[in-house]
Amino acid sequence: MSGAQEAALAAQKQDIRSRWLLSAPALLIIFVAAIGPLFVMLFYSFMVKGDYGDVKFGEFSLEGWTSVFFERDIFDDTLGLADAHLSIIWRSIQLSFFTTILTVILGFPTAYFIATRPPHTREIWVFLVTIPFWTNLLIRTFAMQQVIRNEGLLNTALLWLGVIKSPLQIIYTDTANLLGMTYVYLPLMVLPLYASIEKLDFRLVEAGYDLYATRFQVLRRIVIPLVKPGIIAGSILVFIPSLGAYVIPRVLGGGKNMMLGNLIEMQFGSGRNWPLGAAMSITLMILVTAALIIYVRNASRGGNGHV
Amino acid sequence: MTTKLITTTALAAIATLAVASAASAAGELNIYNWGDYTNPELIKKFEKQFDVKVTVTDYDSNDTALAKVRAGGHGFDVVVPSANYVPIWIKEGLIEEARPDQMENFKNVDPRWVDVPWDKGRHYTVPWQWGLTGIGVNSKVYGGDINTSAIFLDPPPELAGKINVAPEMNDVLFATIKYFGGEWCTMDKEVLRKVRDKLVEAKSKWLAMDYSVTEKLPAGDYSAVYYWNGAIMRSRLKNADIKFGYPKEGFPFFMDSVALLKDAKNPENAKLFMNFIMDPENAAMISAFAKYSNGIKGSEKFLPAEMQTAPELVVPAEFEAAGSFLESCEPETQQLYTKIWTELQK
Amino acid sequence: MFSRRYDLRSQPGFGFITLFTFFALYLPIAALVIYSFNDAESLSQWGGFSSRWFVAAWNNTAVQDAAIRSLVIALWAALLATTAAMMAALATTRTQPYRGLTFKYALINQPLMVPEIVTAVALLIVFSRIKVWTGYSGLGYLIVAHTAFCIPFAYLPIRARLESMDLTLERAAADLYATPWMTFRHVTLPMLRPAIIAGFMLAFVISLDDVVITEFVKSGGQDTLPTYMLGQLRRETTPEINAIATVFLALSTALVVVFFFINKRKQ
Repeated sequence: MSGAQEAALAAQKQDIRSRWLLSAPALLIIFVAAIGPLFVMLFYSFMVKGDYGDVKFGEFSLEGWTSVFFERDIFDDTLGLADAHLSIIWRSIQLSFFTTILTVILGFPTAYFIATRPPHTREIWVFLVTIPFWTNLLIRTFAMQQVIRNEGLLNTALLWLGVIKSPLQIIYTDTANLLGMTYVYLPLMVLPLYASIEKLDFRLVEAGYDLYATRFQVLRRIVIPLVKPGIIAGSILVFIPSLGAYVIPRVLGGGKNMMLGNLIEMQFGSGRNWPLGAAMSITLMILVTAALIIYVRNASRGGNGHV
Repeated sequence: MTTKLITTTALAAIATLAVASAASAAGELNIYNWGDYTNPELIKKFEKQFDVKVTVTDYDSNDTALAKVRAGGHGFDVVVPSANYVPIWIKEGLIEEARPDQMENFKNVDPRWVDVPWDKGRHYTVPWQWGLTGIGVNSKVYGGDINTSAIFLDPPPELAGKINVAPEMNDVLFATIKYFGGEWCTMDKEVLRKVRDKLVEAKSKWLAMDYSVTEKLPAGDYSAVYYWNGAIMRSRLKNADIKFGYPKEGFPFFMDSVALLKDAKNPENAKLFMNFIMDPENAAMISAFAKYSNGIKGSEKFLPAEMQTAPELVVPAEFEAAGSFLESCEPETQQLYTKIWTELQK
Repeated sequence: MFSRRYDLRSQPGFGFITLFTFFALYLPIAALVIYSFNDAESLSQWGGFSSRWFVAAWNNTAVQDAAIRSLVIALWAALLATTAAMMAALATTRTQPYRGLTFKYALINQPLMVPEIVTAVALLIVFSRIKVWTGYSGLGYLIVAHTAFCIPFAYLPIRARLESMDLTLERAAADLYATPWMTFRHVTLPMLRPAIIAGFMLAFVISLDDVVITEFVKSGGQDTLPTYMLGQLRRETTPEINAIATVFLALSTALVVVFFFINKRKQ
């Protein structure tokens, strides 16, 4: 009996070892090109800022960290909340949240539709979703600009149809940012959703109908809970890059209102305050990671037994 | 006998040419320059003349270039920093004292650009291009005086909501400080408070802070801009209603200059290149491509006709004094300016 | 039977939303393609039909090199990232929860959490030291950097699929004395195929898009199409860029068509 237990234990150990071995390549690459450098940044965030960018080595300071949230007023020198930073962070969170919602609203039905096509055409549909994205982000953003600008396709069409009398000012507003980010990040929602819905066991749907569920009930009670991992994956892939968006606010938002990505970029650029930039991004990372862990823990509870 | 000699020479020449074109040219040169700023024809000419294989790599901001070169391992030979950055490059020990003032073609440099504040006597750098930030207005929309920063700081009602301002902290703060009679790099809190309040108020009347001027000014998306002169000139070539104004309260000049990097692998080729671009004909090629003036005497006659008399490029004598160079401010000043700029964009 | 199931699966309005999504996806692309035939110098004014920007792009070797370099990096990065991500996904799903699992999950997704500029600056500092030490300054750095931020994009769809996948088939295979490798090869892998394709596509697209990290990591002569365009942002973007994008689109569409016919023949 004890022999069997030992064998099981050894098998489990073996299993765990092979798990680490399997994940080794991914972890190694990420360690070299993402986590290692992050430690450099962590170190930098505690340094005194260099006069012209970079940091002064060996001179420690907490100023990078305190000035994320607090700042001395330019004129009366009182210490207060860094109002500018906080409002930029808040705007970024709001915009990213709405972007995620919009991509789910458009992406879920699309992914569902693709996943319910005959098997051999599905991959074609997936290709069709990604083709617009074979052109790079800058080109797509410019293309989007052609659609929403005052003399653009959208306004021309609406004017011609008589829906509006004068062009809608969409470009250079937060709405432009929202539309641009939704457009750019949509496939990041559709693809994971598709991968997840495609696997859905439609016998369960059938069973639902047999029990006189309405279409909406089937969707809400059966489909959505089963593809939750896909929704989670998609939301993560959309929300986080939106938070750090840099090109879109510059081109579509007209560069008038910064987002977090631009604020951080500025510290490493003309702001010449690398410790502040480093501290800002680590703060952002901690917030996102915490939110993510809570989100994933809650979401996988009541899942189907995996992790 | 003679024919034989000729054929042999020709064959030898072809052989060297073949070697040269097989990427194993006698030498190499790695140029690190602003994007879309280097005339490919100029590069071809240099490659042919000196049998050197040239590689051009782009950057998009002075700070990116500075950070990259400082980190090392970049492999570049020459870089083209803006005037206010040159002292930083020198102070940080990143560029070599190449002594262009002792080069053969230095005689062609306009005396105006020899004793420049950032490089007295030109011991380090060679002029590449210069320009200024000014006002562009669609005269169909607004007919009043446009030689003033009030166009974007206190905009007339016709222009409000149709203004684009260059998204450059230094250029915008420069004009605004001058607008209130301050000096660039001032730490005077009274002036800076006015500057901040004015910018916050004015920004609500701006449509954008964007780079796409040559496209949207002629098309009518913007009716007025505070932007670089070369871009406004190109807008005028597309739409004759665009007029150029020199802000009389004060406007910034910029100049980008070619410098040799300390850790360059091909310093000799780099020096050849520096000398090469001080030749009037070659300098004209630079300008013809990017549409800004260069600092070389005698290059005018090689320029396209439209550039020789352009009101955007030829600064009228009465406005000459209003312009000054954006110098590099002290770090504390820069920090203060960054704060104002951040507040503006919240 | 099939048609009945098909009916059951459909949801009201989903077809319409899909139609709208595809319309929205392709409208800007259509504008892009149309303007690549624009005779005018600018992106926004129509100056008559012309193919001169295709000629210009054809003659612009800098753009071609940059475009090809982008593709090479994206292919390598997507391939490496998808392979590594698939292995990691297997390691984090087909198992009893073990210590370090959540940690591993967080590690794999870490490249997502950090704004690009931070990774870019940090990589600049680290990689330039390595460049000085080794004297090697090839495309390898860019491929490694791209692979790292592509991994989470490939990992998440594969993991999502593994999680919602039925375990019975794998257990059945194991019951029939299939080795783990055989089970993987003949059972798990075919079922994972859609997710692997999705993951690869995502990684590929993400790599093609990257500007900031590339800008900081690239060595001399390593401009990609996005960094080339970033350099143009301050100046004028001409329809030449549209022409290049159109060629890219035509190529990828051709690829899809070929793929479609191969698939059809298999049926």
